Amino acid sequence: MSRTLYDLIGLAAGVAFILALKGLSHPKTARRGNLIGAFGATLATLVVFFYANPGSSLPLNHLGLILVAMAIGLLIGVPAARKVQMTQMPQLVALFNGVGGGAAALVAIVEYLHLGAGATTAEVIFTVFTVIVGCVSFSGSVITFMKLQELMTTRPVIFPAGRFIIAATLVSVIGVGGWVVNALGTAPLLILAGLSLLFGVLFVLPVGGADVPIVISLLNAFTGLTVAASGYVLDSVLLIIAGTLVGASGTILTRKMAEAMGRSLFGTLFGAFTAKAQDATGAAEERPVRSGSPDDVAILLNYARRVVIVPGFGLAVAQAQHTVRELADLMISKGIDVAYGIHPVAGRMPGHMNVLLAEANVPYDQLLEMDEVNPTFGQTDVAIVIGANDVVNPAAQTTPGCPIYGMPILEVNHAANIIFLKRSMRPGFAGIENELLYDPKTMLLFGDAKASLTKVVSALKAL
Amino acid sequence: MSAMAILSIFVLAIFVGFEVVSKVSSTLHTPLMSGANAIHGVILVGAIIVADHSETNLELGLAITAIILATINMVGGFVVTDRMLEMFKGNKK
Repeated sequence: MSRTLYDLIGLAAGVAFILALKGLSHPKTARRGNLIGAFGATLATLVVFFYANPGSSLPLNHLGLILVAMAIGLLIGVPAARKVQMTQMPQLVALFNGVGGGAAALVAIVEYLHLGAGATTAEVIFTVFTVIVGCVSFSGSVITFMKLQELMTTRPVIFPAGRFIIAATLVSVIGVGGWVVNALGTAPLLILAGLSLLFGVLFVLPVGGADVPIVISLLNAFTGLTVAASGYVLDSVLLIIAGTLVGASGTILTRKMAEAMGRSLFGTLFGAFTAKAQDATGAAEERPVRSGSPDDVAILLNYARRVVIVPGFGLAVAQAQHTVRELADLMISKGIDVAYGIHPVAGRMPGHMNVLLAEANVPYDQLLEMDEVNPTFGQTDVAIVIGANDVVNPAAQTTPGCPIYGMPILEVNHAANIIFLKRSMRPGFAGIENELLYDPKTMLLFGDAKASLTKVVSALKAL
Repeated sequence: MSAMAILSIFVLAIFVGFEVVSKVSSTLHTPLMSGANAIHGVILVGAIIVADHSETNLELGLAITAIILATINMVGGFVVTDRMLEMFKGNKK
């Protein structure tokens, strides 16, 4: 295949990626957009096998091994993506991003070992950049995965003099990076890779639970940039276009997510360095709460005129989306006005609740965004909070200095009655006590969300 | 390719990247992130290229590992994005 044809096909794949991102930005075209992206990626991968790079010949060296490696990747990636439950999707995306960053770093390390005396300074710098950022993206993503999978604490991990250690690590990464650029050698490169991995871990550890999605998005943008840098070194226009697109759109997306949570990007990434850990109030367990039975809840709902359902991560965990729809339909048939109040970051990722409720065929017009639903809580008889906590915690408005202060919340505290469906008294993902649980107008219904909702539905039917 | 041409491609791609996602609604943040994540899986192309011209066993081993990881990123990314978006079908007004 001629170089021109190779480049033209690469360009076509680049255009496919632009159309993919464009399509993914609109609900109607999103699925098609993703398929266009997959088509572009397939095209780009196939064409490599038919073009001999200068100094090489077809078929590619190690062709068998390459195909075996791709088969292994397919056998791992496809089942993981197909079998994962909706609740675990965020951490899977984090993991996929991590392996992408790891792949970019490995490619750069091989390139580095290959760079001869003829390499330009720019090539060396871009290669070293890819090693650093790829490693940071890899180890950072692994930490976000562990946080979301709850393999480690979801709270910010803050250690004494943490910010000095992080700053020192960053300085040494940059210093060793400069050394590697000047003195081509394997040992310095391995030290650099190790330091970069360490920096990725330190960078993500202080980030608190609810901010993790923002960090995933940022690391995603980082990985995009490493791909662009690899494209420069490997002389591939396609990699430059694809990587830059992801880097740029990922940056915008990260900012939008941060805005949706009402915080500055800077505050998210560096807030934990300065904020003090909230004391978990030991006395909390002993304070009185009002818990009710499913019958109490059904009676309260039966006499309500307007009910707002606020879903959270607990709904996803219990897979209760179909049951909640059943309850909503039942209330509507009784002439009760029902709406869902959707917080943009309820669950573990922006849009998590929309995806979940869409799966249960909840009509779009019942899903109200935060700005639409907040003014209506004053006229709402009952707000049912299902497995959500941080997104309704008034501390975000009243307690300066708490980790979620400034995050916009769903103001369920203005409703006449509040029902919390909870598994336990454990605080939410951000690890902050919720005063609303002790409010006299709050009733708690303990148990798995799906089981509780099923009981409420049958109690309501019996009335 | 000249450095200037590469710089031009880079800068223009930044603006295209900014522009295409500028109007995304919060509902689609997660699928969009996941889709973009899958796109950077094309580092697979780079991994195949370095595997082709690796000379030592060390280089080859690293390149093969990179191919496995990149394939997981690319294929898994597109499949998981499709599964997310599948949930939205049939709900448009």
